[in-house]
Amino acid sequence: MPSLKDVQDKIVGVKKTSQITSAMNMVASAKLRGAQEKMENFHPYADKFNETMSTLSGGGNTDQFPLMEVRDMKTVELVVITSDRGLCGSFNANIVKLAEQKIAEYEADGKSVSIVCVGKKANQGLKKTGKVRNQFLDIMSDFQMFNAREIAQDVATNFLNGTTDKVEVIYGHFQSVAIQKPVAQDMLPITPLESDEETEKQAVGDYIYEPSTEEIMDVMQPLYLNVIIYNAMLQVGASEHAARMTAMDNATNACKDIVSDLTLVFNKARQAAVTGELMDIVGGAEALKG
Amino acid sequence: MAQQIHLEVVTPAGAVVNEDVDIVNAPGYGGDFGVLANHAPFLSTIKIGLLTYEQGNDRKSLMISGGFSEVSNNKITFLVESAEAGSDIDVDRAMKAKERAEKRLAQAAAQDDNFNQMRAEAALQRALARIKASKIA
Repeated sequence: MPSLKDVQDKIVGVKKTSQITSAMNMVASAKLRGAQEKMENFHPYADKFNETMSTLSGGGNTDQFPLMEVRDMKTVELVVITSDRGLCGSFNANIVKLAEQKIAEYEADGKSVSIVCVGKKANQGLKKTGKVRNQFLDIMSDFQMFNAREIAQDVATNFLNGTTDKVEVIYGHFQSVAIQKPVAQDMLPITPLESDEETEKQAVGDYIYEPSTEEIMDVMQPLYLNVIIYNAMLQVGASEHAARMTAMDNATNACKDIVSDLTLVFNKARQAAVTGELMDIVGGAEALKG
Repeated sequence: MAQQIHLEVVTPAGAVVNEDVDIVNAPGYGGDFGVLANHAPFLSTIKIGLLTYEQGNDRKSLMISGGFSEVSNNKITFLVESAEAGSDIDVDRAMKAKERAEKRLAQAAAQDDNFNQMRAEAALQRALARIKASKIA
C-alpha cells in the first residue's frame, strides 16, 4: 500500500497535467478557427482558378507545355507536408506512414524516390530513409502564399530539368474536426482538368485572349502548382489543430480517470490508517482492562 | 449615372475589392488596358503593377502582382497572388525596397547571374508599383 503522502502528491501532479492539456485544447480550438477561416478565404480563389484552368486546358494540346509533359517514369518525388509541432495524436505519424508506404511501393517498382519535407515532423520521420532532398521547416505555424511558391518553384525546377518525372504531394486532408485523413495527390505532370463540355464551348468560343491561350497557360501553370501546395498546407494547418484538440481532450479525460482512481486509492489508504489507529487504541484499552 | 461594371479582386488570402465601379485600368500582358461596363468576354494575364478604378470622382489604386483577369457578364475578376490598397502601403518601406532591389539588380547584372537578376527585377517592379499606388490613394 503506497503511503498517503505519495498518493496525494501524485493526484496533485496529474491535476496539473490536466490543466495543461485542457489549456492546450482551448488554444488548439482557437487556432483551428483561424485556420478554418484561412481555408474559407482561399476557397473563392481556388474555385475561380480551377474553373479557368479547366476552360483553358479543355481545347489545347497538352504536349507543348513542359509542366504537362508525361515522361517515362523513373524517378518520383514526394512532397510530404506535416506540422512542425507534435502532441497532436497520430496525425503526423499517419502522414509519415503513408509516405513510407508510397516509397516502398515505388521502390518495389524499380523507381528511385526522393523526398521534400515540409514541416519538422516530416523531416524527423523520414530523415532516416536518407532520401530527403530538400526541407522547409518552421513555416507551418504561420505560412503565406510565398512559402508555397518557394516550395512549388523548387519542385518544378527539378521536374523541368528532368531530375524527377513525377511529383506527388502527401498531406493530411481536413475532412472534419473529427476526421483527418492522410492523402496523396498527383502534382506533376499537371493533368488537364475535366471540364463540362457545354461551358467549355461557350467559354472558349467567345473569349478574347490576350496574348493567347497557350501563353496564358504558361503563366497559369506555375500558379496552379502554388495553389496545390498552398491548399495542402492549409489542410495540414487545420488538421493539425483539430487533431491536437482531440488528442488533448482524450488526455484531459484520461487525467480525470487517473485522478478518480488515485482518489479511491487515497481514501482506502486513509481508511486503513484510521482503522489501524483505532485497533491500536482498542487493543490498548483491552490490555488495560486486563 | 453611367453604367457600371462589377470589380472583384481575389487573392489567396481572400477578396480585397468587391464593388461596382465606372472604369478599371490594369497592367495586362501587352500593356495597360481599361475596361468599362459591358466589355466583351476577355481573359488576360496580369503583370506586377498598378490597378486603378474609379467610382464617380473617387479614384482608388491597388498594387497587384502576378495572376490573370477575366471579364464576363459585366463583371471583371482579378485573380492575383497579392493585392495591396494604395492607402495601406508604407511608402518608406517601398522606397527602401526599391533601393535594395536596384543595388541587387546592378550586382546580379555585373555577375551575369540570370536567376538573381530576374528576382531583383521582380522586386523592383513590385516596389515601383507600390510607390505609384501610394501616390494615387
